[in-house]
Amino acid sequence: MKPDLKILIVDANPVRAAIIDEGLREAGFTDLVRIGASTTGLVAAIEAHDPDVVVIDLEDPSRDALADMFLVSRHVRRPITMFVDQSDTASIEAAVEAGVSAYIVDGLKKERLKPILQTCISRFNAFRKLREELDEARSQLEERKAIDRAKGIVMRLKGLSEDEAYALMRRTAMNEKRKLADIARSIITAAEVLK
Amino acid sequence: MTLHLRVGFLPLVDAALLVAAADGGFAEAEGLVLELTRDVSWSNLRDKLHVRLLDAAHMLAPAAIASTLGLNGVRAPMAVPLALNLNGNAITVSQRRFEELSRAAQGDLADPAVSAGALAMLVANRKASGLPPLTFAAVFAFSSHTYLLGEWMALGGVKLGEDVRFEVVPPVRTVEALSSGQVDGFCAGAPWNTLAVTSGVGAILHCGVDLARDCPEKVLAWRADDVERRGEAVSKLNAALIEASRWASSAANLPHLAELLAAPERLNTRADIIEAVLRGEIVQGGNRPARHVPDYIRLDPEAIRPDPARADWLLAGMARAGQFRDDPAAADIARSIFRPALFDARR
Repeated sequence: MKPDLKILIVDANPVRAAIIDEGLREAGFTDLVRIGASTTGLVAAIEAHDPDVVVIDLEDPSRDALADMFLVSRHVRRPITMFVDQSDTASIEAAVEAGVSAYIVDGLKKERLKPILQTCISRFNAFRKLREELDEARSQLEERKAIDRAKGIVMRLKGLSEDEAYALMRRTAMNEKRKLADIARSIITAAEVLK
Repeated sequence: MTLHLRVGFLPLVDAALLVAAADGGFAEAEGLVLELTRDVSWSNLRDKLHVRLLDAAHMLAPAAIASTLGLNGVRAPMAVPLALNLNGNAITVSQRRFEELSRAAQGDLADPAVSAGALAMLVANRKASGLPPLTFAAVFAFSSHTYLLGEWMALGGVKLGEDVRFEVVPPVRTVEALSSGQVDGFCAGAPWNTLAVTSGVGAILHCGVDLARDCPEKVLAWRADDVERRGEAVSKLNAALIEASRWASSAANLPHLAELLAAPERLNTRADIIEAVLRGEIVQGGNRPARHVPDYIRLDPEAIRPDPARADWLLAGMARAGQFRDDPAAADIARSIFRPALFDARR
């Protein structure tokens, strides 16, 4: 693999762009340019940076501007084609599901793009997993807080110790076959309504 | 048995029948659970349809042709058992260009031949003074918007892509591109022209119907092989959309339709703006009164019949734009995308 390909990464999410950047560097690609939301025209950015490969986040609406550049273009020096291997539906599918698309500028051999696309797909998926884990951690923290708040309410209203209040909530959750956090939220809502 | 269908759409007024079918109960009446998913680009809808993340999609008629012929990157054959509307576009220019065109006009600017003549003068004057060429945008290369621009400019002998720069700007960025001066004008669907006018950035020069009567616009695209294999699903969705079309054809139902479209997970825009567009009450800007444009957008049962003859206007536009070389075999394929038999069977 010759490491001299210039890759343009179009991604409005700077964290994900950094993750992709890192992945491509590990794979031996060092000539990378990152641009965020392409408000002033993706075509202009491509003309300015003159990349060999464009990798774009599917959440960017200016992806449609790239389709225009397939037509041997009026303003762009080098025509662009989307990376497609008609015989390889699996890799198109993996890219679309991961939320990324790649474009080749001026007749670059498809085989040379493949490792780039693979890296991007795995990094996009890694980023999504990271975000899901973060969301999970966040919701666990919120549940923790709700349970603590509900415990305080039960202690105050029923004159119980912390351990007793917790045990009461647990028992209620088990009897009603609900999550402890749900019981806690119900207690908080009830306390607010009855305030 | 309940059938679950996932259909992708872009937040435009011409997604109206899909939204009415999903949120107005017409799909349910056919035993369908119709899940609409909003997207940001036509390329995404095409790819997601191709890899079956979607069952069907809101699609530009010429994009369905381009995709089937492989002019657009992926060769993804599509079939159209129903059109979603006719017309619905307008050409909007910046305030500044509107004033220049008004001054240059020899006659009534509302006449496309006059406005195109005025454009030709602007183009010539800019060239003579060494100013950069004007830039006009459409929302996708393979779109009736591109062909309407090309047809209008040709009336004045101006060539889109040569005398005037052509750029693709996604609908959500049209108003911004006009106000920043990135483009001098654009052709787009509703509600973007109205939004450019109401935000004081632009003036509507022509509605689509001024240039082409019954212009083919959005269609419901399925994968070509799915239309064969999944006849029952196609037929049920068609039936729901035909019912939605009957309902939407009554003026009394337009406020309700506008409400459904305005919802946050649909167009997320003001209902009154959408309703005005549906009624053909078009604010023009440029110190002119609002204009009543019958058939500004057509959603009626006659308009949604997928007529193969509609491919011809599109192919002519594609040829003018240099996207398609005259090729009878390819033209036959383009026509065969439209499948009126399925539509006529359910009507």
